[in-house]
Amino acid sequence: MALVLNEEQTLLRDSARSLISDKAPVSHFRALRDSKDKDGFSRDLWKTFSEMGFTGLLVPEEFGGSGLGCVEAGIVAEEIGHTLLPSPFLASSVLAASALQRAGSKAQKAEYLPKIADGSAIGSLAVDEGGKHRPHAITLKAVRSGNGFKLNGAKAFVVDGHVADILIVAARTAGADDDPKGITLFLVDPRAKGVQIERTIMVDAHNAARIAFKDTEVTADNVLGELDQGSAVLDGVLNIGRAVVASEMLGAGDEAFSRTVQYLKERKQFGKLIGEFQALQHRISHLYVELEITRAAVLKALQMLDEDFDNAAPIVSVAKARAGTTGTLAVQEGLQMHGGIGMTDQFDIGLFMKRMRVCQELFGDSNFHANRVAELRAY
Amino acid sequence: MTDLEGFRRETRDWLEKNCPPEMRRPMVVESDTFWGGRNATYQSDAQRVWFERMRDKKWIVPHWPAEYGGGGLDPERAKVVREEMAAINARPPLRSFGIMMLGPALLKFGTEEQKREHIPKILSGEIRWCQGYSEPNSGSDLASLQTRADLDGDHYVVNGQKIWTSYANKADWIFCLTRTDFSAKKHEGITFLLFDMTTPGVTTKPILLISGYSPFCETFFDNVRVPKKNALGTVNKGWDVAKYVLQFERDSISGIGDRGAKRAMSEIALNSVGANEKGHLADPLLRSQLANFEVDEVAFQFASERASDQVKTGQAHPAFSSAMKYYGSELNKRRHELFMSMGGSDALEWESERSQNGQTARTWLRTKANSIEGGTSEVMLGIVAKRILNLPGA
Repeated sequence: MALVLNEEQTLLRDSARSLISDKAPVSHFRALRDSKDKDGFSRDLWKTFSEMGFTGLLVPEEFGGSGLGCVEAGIVAEEIGHTLLPSPFLASSVLAASALQRAGSKAQKAEYLPKIADGSAIGSLAVDEGGKHRPHAITLKAVRSGNGFKLNGAKAFVVDGHVADILIVAARTAGADDDPKGITLFLVDPRAKGVQIERTIMVDAHNAARIAFKDTEVTADNVLGELDQGSAVLDGVLNIGRAVVASEMLGAGDEAFSRTVQYLKERKQFGKLIGEFQALQHRISHLYVELEITRAAVLKALQMLDEDFDNAAPIVSVAKARAGTTGTLAVQEGLQMHGGIGMTDQFDIGLFMKRMRVCQELFGDSNFHANRVAELRAY
Repeated sequence: MTDLEGFRRETRDWLEKNCPPEMRRPMVVESDTFWGGRNATYQSDAQRVWFERMRDKKWIVPHWPAEYGGGGLDPERAKVVREEMAAINARPPLRSFGIMMLGPALLKFGTEEQKREHIPKILSGEIRWCQGYSEPNSGSDLASLQTRADLDGDHYVVNGQKIWTSYANKADWIFCLTRTDFSAKKHEGITFLLFDMTTPGVTTKPILLISGYSPFCETFFDNVRVPKKNALGTVNKGWDVAKYVLQFERDSISGIGDRGAKRAMSEIALNSVGANEKGHLADPLLRSQLANFEVDEVAFQFASERASDQVKTGQAHPAFSSAMKYYGSELNKRRHELFMSMGGSDALEWESERSQNGQTARTWLRTKANSIEGGTSEVMLGIVAKRILNLPGA
């Protein structure tokens, strides 16, 4: 497959772009942030997302979705990155939808996927426990109790956890604390007894939560996939999430870059446009090249997930590692080249820096993924 | 089965049968490359056989038009040949500046007579070309070149000096930038001339480099008479041809690290540095440098793939080869810094047989030119600023 968007994908990008830039420019995000909105996203816009088919993009048609692939999800995420739009797209439409689709029983799919597809239910994936992403370091315990299990432990950095209607929780059912074997995924009702959800306002003012489970009871029907064998599903779903986040980072980095190029053509000092200074020209040109190379890697990772899922891991890691370093470079250079005004809250460039920092940590930062490349290549 | 799949199978079978095993091994020393030319010598029988079979198959350049001796394949089939060659680590049967640089310009700017005269001889390896661009006072500012070509009847008389002319001492013909109008602006008085290096008045002098090799020459022209009809493209519009050639030169430099078959870097590193009990490279900081390098290397390969797909779909920016040349040449320098790091003192040997005559160190030193030749990294960034980002005053 050619490493460019095809005609349908270009159309999807154009319609996502026009919707998001029209209905949800950066001022939309600012308004949610400044009003301390209780949901942290706009339910009206979420409804529009549903009408456009974005919420059910990855859900098969038989469950009410449009059955598209990761490339298409990445296209929407990239546009989201351009305006910092907060929405449950990543948590629900990408992660929860993929987990249910890849591991769900017939009954589970029939129950949840249509609601996720039409946006009426929001799903959220709870994996991380510590400050750094270590997806197999799971200490939240699920112990057999009667016909079901009791959950005890805590999760952190759960994207959209406080607005979730359904939680997908990675728990330890066997093995040592960092053993990939012995992890089981559970579907948990956030209103169940013993679930305590604390919304954690992060530096980027997007949604995240800490969730504690105390003797929370779930039935055996709530196991998603195979008992003790959850890590394979989890790794696959995380790879999808990583590539889609990389796409969002590319969008945000590209936006910071374009705004900076524009600023270089407007701002005058020493009687000249600052874009005339070679010191700045070379730095912004370098950033352009880095972004173009990352763009190729991200698109390749998304295509691999659609075409050759089982061999996508190393390429996903290349893409997420690159998105981390390039995205960080974009916001750092952007802020520096904007000078003092870039430090103000009133100006947008700092918002991109904050979001980029959060995306860098989401599902593994650049170091995590470079390390994974080394491990996959056995050195 | 589609036609393309059938073609892929035929290609695979043919290559399997015709590519000698010696020609599937990593290229290490200079003579592993066959350059052709009047004075060509083959390193081995296998090298000769491989070249002749590919030449007769018309696969030296699979996508050049058949009427001039090319393979006449469409881009998809040509890509299949490249991919299948790569799959068995087949060496390129012939490398030359005729293939990499001049050929595309001949196809675009050449007269019918010029195409018929020169392209078949590039493909048959009969004529080896060199590139007369840089001058002692015209490096990054190439268009300021002063080598003159004065019209005298139906000949130009060429006088001046070129420098960094790759393999001028081994080349048969030169494509050469000359100034034919001294009153015009610097980009507008240049003519692109083709001439035989045996013409009286042409002399070359190799330049010894830090690698200990002399791949470049100084080239002197003293009243060299060149037929008027040997101008490629319009007289005084040679800069257009020159820039077109530079795109291909930059493309070939940007991909410089992944030519031919190589052993995985990690394997070399593990051999040399050793592993800890987890199987990780024993030097953790080297391991992290290598991992970060490989991330960038893989991403760059995708960027190359994407760039050629963009060319095919008409979405490519004409100056994008400068972006790729910048990144690819810097990446290759990083690659060879890593090889030196991995090798430690073993990589420092300069003359032993053990080190294949200092191959690691000499190649490392050679790569330092990658970000200079074909336009420096700084010139490339300037081109991106001006032509892609449209920055003021760039």
